[in-house]
Amino acid sequence: MSDKEGRAPESQKPLVVEKPDDTSKIGGMVSMEINERKVQVPLGTTILEACRQNDIHIPTLCHHDDLCTAGVCRVCVVEVEGMRTLQAACAYPVTNPLKIKTSTPLVRKARKHIIDLLISEHYGECYSCFRNNNCELQSLAKEYGVDHYNFGHVQKPRYEIDKSSFSVVRDLDKCVLCKRCVRTCIDLQEVGVLEAIDRGDKTRIDTFMDKPLADVICINCGQCINRCPTGALRANDPRDEIWAAIDDPNKHVVMQTAPSPRAAIAEEFGIPAGKSMTGEMNTAIRRLGFDKVFDTNFTADLTIMEEGTELIIRLFQALVEKKEGVALPQFTSCSPGWVKYLEHFYPEYIPNLSSAKSPQQMFGALIKTYYAKENNIDPKDVVSVALMPCAAKKFECNRPEMTDSGYKDVDFGLTTRELAQMIKEGGIHLPEMPQTHFDDPFGDASGAGLIFGATGGVMEAAIRTVVELVTGKKAEDLFENANVMPVRGFEGVKYAELPIPVVGPVPEILKALVPNWDWLKGATLKVAVCHGTANAKKVMDDIKAGGKFSECHFIEFMACPGGCLGGGGQPIPTTPEIRKARAKAIYTEDESLPLRKSHENEHVASIYDKFLTDGPCGHISHKLLHTHYTPRGKYID
Amino acid sequence: MLVMEKNFLQEEIEKLVETFGNSRSALIPILQEIQKKHHYISEFAQQEVARLLDIHPVEVYSVISFYAFLSSEPKGRNIVRLCQTITCDLAGKYSVAKAIERELGIAFGETTKDNRISLEYTNCVGMCDQGPAMLINDKVYTRLSPEKAVEIINEIK
Ligand code: SF4
Ligand code: SF4
Ligand code: SF4
Ligand code: FES
Ligand code: FES
Repeated sequence: MSDKEGRAPESQKPLVVEKPDDTSKIGGMVSMEINERKVQVPLGTTILEACRQNDIHIPTLCHHDDLCTAGVCRVCVVEVEGMRTLQAACAYPVTNPLKIKTSTPLVRKARKHIIDLLISEHYGECYSCFRNNNCELQSLAKEYGVDHYNFGHVQKPRYEIDKSSFSVVRDLDKCVLCKRCVRTCIDLQEVGVLEAIDRGDKTRIDTFMDKPLADVICINCGQCINRCPTGALRANDPRDEIWAAIDDPNKHVVMQTAPSPRAAIAEEFGIPAGKSMTGEMNTAIRRLGFDKVFDTNFTADLTIMEEGTELIIRLFQALVEKKEGVALPQFTSCSPGWVKYLEHFYPEYIPNLSSAKSPQQMFGALIKTYYAKENNIDPKDVVSVALMPCAAKKFECNRPEMTDSGYKDVDFGLTTRELAQMIKEGGIHLPEMPQTHFDDPFGDASGAGLIFGATGGVMEAAIRTVVELVTGKKAEDLFENANVMPVRGFEGVKYAELPIPVVGPVPEILKALVPNWDWLKGATLKVAVCHGTANAKKVMDDIKAGGKFSECHFIEFMACPGGCLGGGGQPIPTTPEIRKARAKAIYTEDESLPLRKSHENEHVASIYDKFLTDGPCGHISHKLLHTHYTPRGKYID
Repeated sequence: MLVMEKNFLQEEIEKLVETFGNSRSALIPILQEIQKKHHYISEFAQQEVARLLDIHPVEVYSVISFYAFLSSEPKGRNIVRLCQTITCDLAGKYSVAKAIERELGIAFGETTKDNRISLEYTNCVGMCDQGPAMLINDKVYTRLSPEKAVEIINEIK
């Protein structure tokens, strides 16, 4: 995670006290009394953290575990002995012995008033709101028994809903000014779309010069949606169009499902994070009326073949042919949020981006060509839906260049949340579904494709394949159980070096590209992985300055913290603990699969046999599976 | 905006950053200087300031929108701010306001066609004992009557 204090100016930073590394030293622990119970906490622990550690509930609204402290909502107030006024628990680090009370008449009354005041400025009707039953404002109102509008209530909407973006819809009437979206977009993503504009009762969260979201520099990651406590931010929801396609007998509606939704959708049905429901979800999707359900992991495997080959070509050109200006390190291109980030902030590095499309778009191009042809379906009747953990995928499928099949390659991007909603509308309780497999001809995918969902996953998948293709050895010989641990985990930026001590024969599929591997013998492959575009900025600035990352060969970038499993279309809430649980679900499923390497996927081999006949990075694959990018720059006219 | 204009503005802002530094605390003095010279801070200028301070344009806009003395919309060369808070209100703000509006032929919130004057309301300027009060740019005028206000207005260049 990025540096939590982010870029707040010193003067605006709430008091934060570093916790000591060694709490056993004198002064490392502080004693406090919470509601007359004596407890010890490490120096610098906030009152909120101390209460949570001791199972004392404190209501919060502007606080989020991923974000720096703001202390703006005051819902979390408590009484601190000796202090004249109530104190915000989330913004009060404990540095000397304290006595606090969390539920006195004064505290309860203050919190109730604060909630009443928030509601007095809130316009929205819960039953027509997508956050109904999962809204922090609504739960606070319930928790404090709000049964009438003590301070009045907004009667009419004050703002127009901003639906300009393919990805994010903004409904300012529901905003409670907690600034979580502001902190997300600046501190985690370094995009800086949103800020508080104007002051007093005119304050609102808005964009640069109040422009529609589609006209400012937004990477569509949807991270702000996942952090918003209310329905003020939501994804641009295509459910109605998809239902209409399903109900139309002339349409052949197919669904591809990315790796992360299956690891998280159970959360929408009340199951704690960390349980995959792949088989159940497949059944549910069919029962909703989709004609086929495919596994995006299949094109993730294909991505590895294409992107891996592209990397080998670049390395060969740079190291053997000594060509000038070969763009290295190669950057991954499967995260559309990251791609747009680069197009805006580092357009001069577009040549470094792999030209391979994302798995979603590769699949889209194949469904309306290869699949339609094999099954004698007119591609114009195919409606192609992509289930994604992602808000940016909605933008990606609407990019004008994504029509290589002759049609719009992917018609709709659907988020995990939206599919869960459709499943509920279909009267289905997901956990009760029997398990079924994906449909052919793309039915089987590898565990390597599956781990694309976690940060480091694309890199691990690429390493499993490249290592085997180059050394002729098993990935298992180099990494225990083929688990490439150095690229796993949630550290913001990861770096690894992989020596290539021996080389093997060139496999058939690459023979047209390289004569032998001798030139890689004794070389060390340097790779890096980062997630959250604030971390991407660190890596890019290092590359620009000629630092250690400029010497890497391959770098994985994911726009969302944690990778896709923490995507902007995933169930709300998403917290550090929940991301960990989802990652565990993904890695466990990977280990349980018989097939764990992209190049061993027979279906992938057969598509190169039958359809992409001139091999990875060949002409046909270039036409369908590769793309180009748009330098956008960071100025708005 | 023309390319030439942009280049001038860019140079000007670079100079301001040299003078005030590129830390966040330099933001307000830089904006004040731009405001003083151009009577507003254009979209382009905001983005330039953001670039040079390595912050986001929306943060610059947020600050401008917060402070009444900074503006992101073009304003007249002179800004007349009449106090609208209760003491001045009781002391006769209304008739002063009407007289000024009649004289200039514009309403509060508007700018004269020749860009000479923008009319605005402000909250208490600390002259409550001498109301009605107004500010013209950074100068204070007190104990206004409709006639006196019109006279003062007509002296503005
Ligand atoms: S944001 Fe929350 S409180 Fe507001 S209408 Fe939606 S569910 Fe209800
Ligand atoms: S979608 Fe991402 S880039 Fe756009 S406003 Fe939200 S957090 Fe910022
Ligand atoms: S849009 Fe949501 S996250 Fe942003 S300030 Fe409003 S309520 Fe908070
Ligand atoms: S949660 Fe503590 S002030 Fe908002
Ligand atoms: S009320 Fe007008 S100056 Fe104070």
